[in-house]
Amino acid sequence: MSQVVVVTSGKGGVGKTTSTAAIGAALAQSGQNVVVVDFDVGLRNLDLILGAERRVVYDLVNVIQGHANLSQALIRDKRCETLYLLPASQTRDKDALTEEGVFRVIEELRQRFDWVICDSPAGIERGAQLAMRHADLAIIVTNPEVSSVRDSDRIIGLLDSKTVKAERGEWMEKLLLLTRYDSARAQRGDMLKTEDVLEILSIPLLGIIPESQDVLRASNVGAPVTLNNPASAPAKAYMDAARRLRGESLDVTIPRDKKSLMGMLFGRKAA
Amino acid sequence: MKLLKFLGVRDSAPVARERLQILLAHERSLVGRSDLVAILREEILQVIAKHCAIDRDNVRVKMAKGDTLSTLEVDLEIRAPGGAGIALAS
Repeated sequence: MSQVVVVTSGKGGVGKTTSTAAIGAALAQSGQNVVVVDFDVGLRNLDLILGAERRVVYDLVNVIQGHANLSQALIRDKRCETLYLLPASQTRDKDALTEEGVFRVIEELRQRFDWVICDSPAGIERGAQLAMRHADLAIIVTNPEVSSVRDSDRIIGLLDSKTVKAERGEWMEKLLLLTRYDSARAQRGDMLKTEDVLEILSIPLLGIIPESQDVLRASNVGAPVTLNNPASAPAKAYMDAARRLRGESLDVTIPRDKKSLMGMLFGRKAA
Repeated sequence: MKLLKFLGVRDSAPVARERLQILLAHERSLVGRSDLVAILREEILQVIAKHCAIDRDNVRVKMAKGDTLSTLEVDLEIRAPGGAGIALAS
């Protein structure tokens, strides 16, 4: 039984693409067949985060318009053979996607993969609505910061009204992925705590990804953080989130980076 | 940090939490309402247009929510056959 997941947030820059790549890779690393689909037509980036930017020949728009078939457009990851990417078009705009075309592609992907993970564009307009339209489950990526939480609330409203599931009167499952979390700052009262965000948005927690330098390091070299440095704190957090998606019940903990002796002696400067 | 707390300076996270709770309570009550105003506007215009010539660009529909009662304000111009318009507010 395949699952269609949308990774969405409303606000831009909170970590949708990073999280799509990391969770997609984590699921694939556990042997699942996964395709990550970039819905950000005109501003694609999932190819870059996955290090596949030079391998894009055909894209989602080509498939929707019938100029290429799925097998031609899908790109298989070189490090993890059960992970595939369906890139977005860089030269068209969001109007190149049609609702009927998106439905057809998603249905075809459902036949071939265990997980279809759709990376939504920012915003609440047509592109974001098409990305969420056929999802069975939504991952809401949120930073512990006021504008991100507000936009997430807005997106939750859209998920409950504009998706096929919602229109059929079915329950749309929504899970919170809290990213760029700094427990020390939250403890000091400088940052919204996990409980605050959970209480305000009232959706279950999928995972907490700690703020970490490893995330940027991974995107610099074009690898999901779970593949680039599996022992790092964010990678562990993403892998736990992927296990929860598969139905395991794990306590949510915030993995920490092990501090080196130098790090402990000299604080941040030595990191 | 402890010294600041001692001096009565508030942590910022509880402020963020309170502001969000108030704002979102307000915004959640508005969602759906904006659609209602658009639907009412369209249907009211259709009814009036059956009987009078109206200028569709010159219509204002406003909904206000009070504690005990809400009001719907419709403000539009009806074109008189002679040329001069009559302003109609209800």
